[in-house]
Order: sequence, then C-alpha cells, then structure tokens
Amino acid sequence: MANLTTQIHRLKLQNPVMTASGTFGYGEEFADFVDLNRLGAIIVKGTTSTEREGNPYPRMAETASGMLNSVGLQNKGIDYFIHDIWPRLKKYKIPFIVNVSGSTIEEYVETAEKLNSIEELPAIELNISCPNVKEGGMAFGTSCTAAAKVTKSVRDIYHKTLIVKLSPNVTDITEIARAVEGAGADAVSLINTLLGMAIDANSRKPLLSTITGGLSGPAIKPIALRMVWQVFQAIKIPIIGIGGIMNATDAIEFLLAGASAIEVGTANFIDPTITSKIIDGINDYCERNHFTSVKDLVGALIIPEQTVDMNIS
Amino acid sequence: MPNKFIHDFIVTKNIELNVSHFILELLCPEPLPKINPGQFVEIKVEHSPSTFLRRPFSIHEVNLQNNTIQLLIQKKGEGTRQLSYLKKGDRLNLIYPLGNSFQIVQHEKVLLVGGGCGVAPLLFLARILKENGNEIKILIGAKSKDNILEKEIFERLGKVFITTEDGSEGTRGFVIHHGIWRQTPFMFSKIYTCGPEPMMKAVARLAQIHRVACEVSLEQTMACGLGACLCCVVNTKNGNVCTCTQGPVFLSEELTGWTH
Repeated sequence: MANLTTQIHRLKLQNPVMTASGTFGYGEEFADFVDLNRLGAIIVKGTTSTEREGNPYPRMAETASGMLNSVGLQNKGIDYFIHDIWPRLKKYKIPFIVNVSGSTIEEYVETAEKLNSIEELPAIELNISCPNVKEGGMAFGTSCTAAAKVTKSVRDIYHKTLIVKLSPNVTDITEIARAVEGAGADAVSLINTLLGMAIDANSRKPLLSTITGGLSGPAIKPIALRMVWQVFQAIKIPIIGIGGIMNATDAIEFLLAGASAIEVGTANFIDPTITSKIIDGINDYCERNHFTSVKDLVGALIIPEQTVDMNIS
Repeated sequence: MPNKFIHDFIVTKNIELNVSHFILELLCPEPLPKINPGQFVEIKVEHSPSTFLRRPFSIHEVNLQNNTIQLLIQKKGEGTRQLSYLKKGDRLNLIYPLGNSFQIVQHEKVLLVGGGCGVAPLLFLARILKENGNEIKILIGAKSKDNILEKEIFERLGKVFITTEDGSEGTRGFVIHHGIWRQTPFMFSKIYTCGPEPMMKAVARLAQIHRVACEVSLEQTMACGLGACLCCVVNTKNGNVCTCTQGPVFLSEELTGWTH
C-alpha cells in the first residue's frame, strides 16, 4: 500500500480523491454505493446565504462526451445546511468542505463567517466560477480585481483552509490564480464548467432554459489539464485538479500536471462507485511504478529535452 | 442496510412487441430487493458513444420467483436502439430500484390510464393493485392498433378500454375522449396515469373535475438518478424537487400548473 495522504494547506487528506460540488449531493445520496469514509473529502453542493430555487427545467443537456447543466445553485441556504444537514454528516470520519457561492461579496462573507464558527468543518471552497447565475458567480472569477476582492474579504473573516474554485471562462487563468493567491487563498481548485450551449435543430430551440450552461465531463479534460499545468507554473499554493476525471489514469494525469489532489464530478453520475475505484487505481499505479507516496507524483511530469513549451514566451 | 444497488444484470429475454417497442427481461445476480410499482432503474448503455449518461426506465414487471425484472422500452434514439440489439446472456449494468412509488389503495375501484409506452409502469402496478383487492379498469391510448402495447396481459388483470388516434381500434381520439369519463356517477375513486405529458395533464384535469385523486408518473431528463445533480427537477407546491427521488410519481395537485 502506497502512502496516499496529501495535504492542501493545513487540511490533511487520507488520499487525493474528493468529490466535486454539485455532483455528489451531501455524500449521503451515494452512501449505498461508496464507503464514504474512504474518500479524501466530500465537497458539498454550492451553498448560499439564503435559499435558492435554481433555474427552471430543463437544466441539463447531454453533449458529446459530456453534459451541460444550468442548475443555478439550487440549495436551501447555509442555515439549513448547518442545522438540518450537517448534524447527519458528523458521523463520517472524513472532511466535509462546503462550496460557498453568492451574488454579492456580503453574501459570500456571511456564509463563510457562519462556517468559520463550526470547528469540525476544516475548509471552504469559494465558488467564484458558477456560470449559471445572473448576478455574481462567475463574474467574480473572470476579473482579477473582483477575484482578489472577494477572496480578500472572505480571507479577513475565515481562518481555516480557503480554497478558491476558478473559472476556465477567462483569457488567462494564471492571472486569476495569481490574484487570488495574492489575496490570501490557501489553495485553488480548477476548473469549473466551461460555458457552452446546445440547440435542438428540429424545434429550433435551445435545450436549456437558460440558453447557455456549464459543460462538464471528459470533453473538457484536455482543457482542464492544460490549465492545471499552466497554473502550476504560476503559483506556489496547492492546486486541486477538476475536469472530466473518469478513472484513476485521468486522476494521475492531473497529479502529474501539478495537482495535489483531484475532484471527481460528472463521473459520479455514470458510476456511483467510481471514487472508490479511483482511490484503488491510484494506489495500484503508485505500487506498479514504485512511488512510495502519492505526493511524489505531484508535478512529476517528465518534459523531454526536445519539447517546445508554448507556454514560455 | 442499503436500499439502492448497482449490478450487472443478465439478459434472459428480448421480446419484440412491434417495430418500435420491445421488452427486456433481466436476471438479477443477487436476490432482488423490495421493489414497488412506479420505481425505475438507470441503465448504462454500452456500444453507444453518443449515450454518455445513464438512461432511466420504469420497471414494467417484477418476477420474484425467477429473480427477474422486465423493462418495456421504446426505440427512440441511438441508446435505445443499442438496447434493442441485446441478446440472451448479454450483461447490462443497472442502478436500482430508484424513486418513489405509486400509493397502493385497497378494495377500491381504480382507473389506470396509459398512453403509448406510458403503459410501462402500469402493468406491475395493476398486478399489485389487484392483489390488494381493487377492481381495476385500464384505459390504453395509442396512435394506432399496431401501437397498443401489452393489451392481452392487461386483460388478465381488469377490463381494458382502447382509444386510437386513427380509430383503427376502440374509440377514435385520445384517452380523454373515451366514454368512460362521461359516466354518471363516475365510478372510480382513484386514477393512475403515465404517458406523454399533455395526455397526463388532460387526465389530471378530468380527475379534478370528477374530484378524484390522480397519481402521475413523470419523465424528466435525468443525470444521476440519485438526487445529487438536481437536473430532473419539477416545480411543485414545495418548490423545485427532484423527479428521481421525490418522484417519479406525484399527485397531480402537487404539481404547479397541473390543476386549477
């Protein structure tokens, strides 16, 4: 058995496999399929200061090797989470990380403050990259100034591990990564969904009630890998890799590109047991390739001498 | 104790009903858990690259003695076409049983209304309702005579009425045009329906006029089937809820815009 433990700032994980927000509910939905105590961490559904109804149906469209969603942060609000959901989750021995979303800086701060006071919750993931809400969301993640401002405001009142989830819908993701690092983020997770669109040619209508939505699944993996690699060159804080991870090999590719941990998202919909298989697969890979610790894989990409790195100008 | 499972089932039968419908009989490798009428399964479709997500199918019938379930499937796209090619001995990965179920009344007179492939969950329901001492009548609507599904099987469980859009069998028109709705006094105390949404909405209106409870089985585009992705929501009196966990069966009066 290889040493699979990894660390995101002060947050220690028994392995690098986490579940992406919005794809694993609160974990309980998958308890019949996965021993939740095996997971690195569970990142729960995007949570806002007050209850949100989300967007109208239809919210999902299947696309080539992926899916578009426009759920729009449907959740019952932070107070409901704290009083009605969290007490049920306490029995599990793994970290739960709340994905914090909002439309205004005040809303992010209010939610983060409430979570700061719950000792057993070791980290939050600041969602400045949701493409499916009219106000806030991705708007905070597509400008360096706004990203830094919301990160700094939450940093001032939140004293545990602060992860900022980045949007790929930008010209240069490394600039945003540097901005949130400078504003006090302890780690970044990337990527959130890519803004996309699907049309029904027969009815001549969009397939989503919001016309556009967020693309996820294996279709976005090469983009996510590229962005993790670029951000790894640009910042010093740990990176959590997300984007179309369907199996252990995909997960390992993200580690090699520079991620210290990974999040499994859309794959949970196709195989609810996949997280468990990915943990086993990472261990097998380490043993087969004589890595005693998964940490040795992080950024261990081998760049052959003749390689021309297009990212270096 | 888990109540949802994931297993590779083995195909024991693939019965062609007509040019566009077939029944898959699937053997469970473990003893089947408690399954109730109205529940569904999520299938991983192999050999169909364009079918990325699982597909939900309601359970047509359960045979505990043989440890099999049946699914009634309409060939609609690439995924269901691939499923129609399955042969005895092939494997199929299922997550099951999912969703809520129809409420089973006892010793009442009930009407089941199925449109097209919407009869799929009604066979298992009809059998369980009969076992609970109910008097059952089944109203089946189809485009034409060739598209009436499972009529003979339903006839073993109760009286069957037919409507066809082209009049090739039974009453010409939609299910709502059948004379059974104009009987006075209206003899049913409960209605169960599954079919195209406009049909179910029209049935729900008639149920409301007759002041009878109506349970409808919805089909929404779905990803996880487990209540995690929040894609298959339907708007109800309690806000947006997941069809996969709070449904697929709803009382029509709970659904926004279904009754007046």
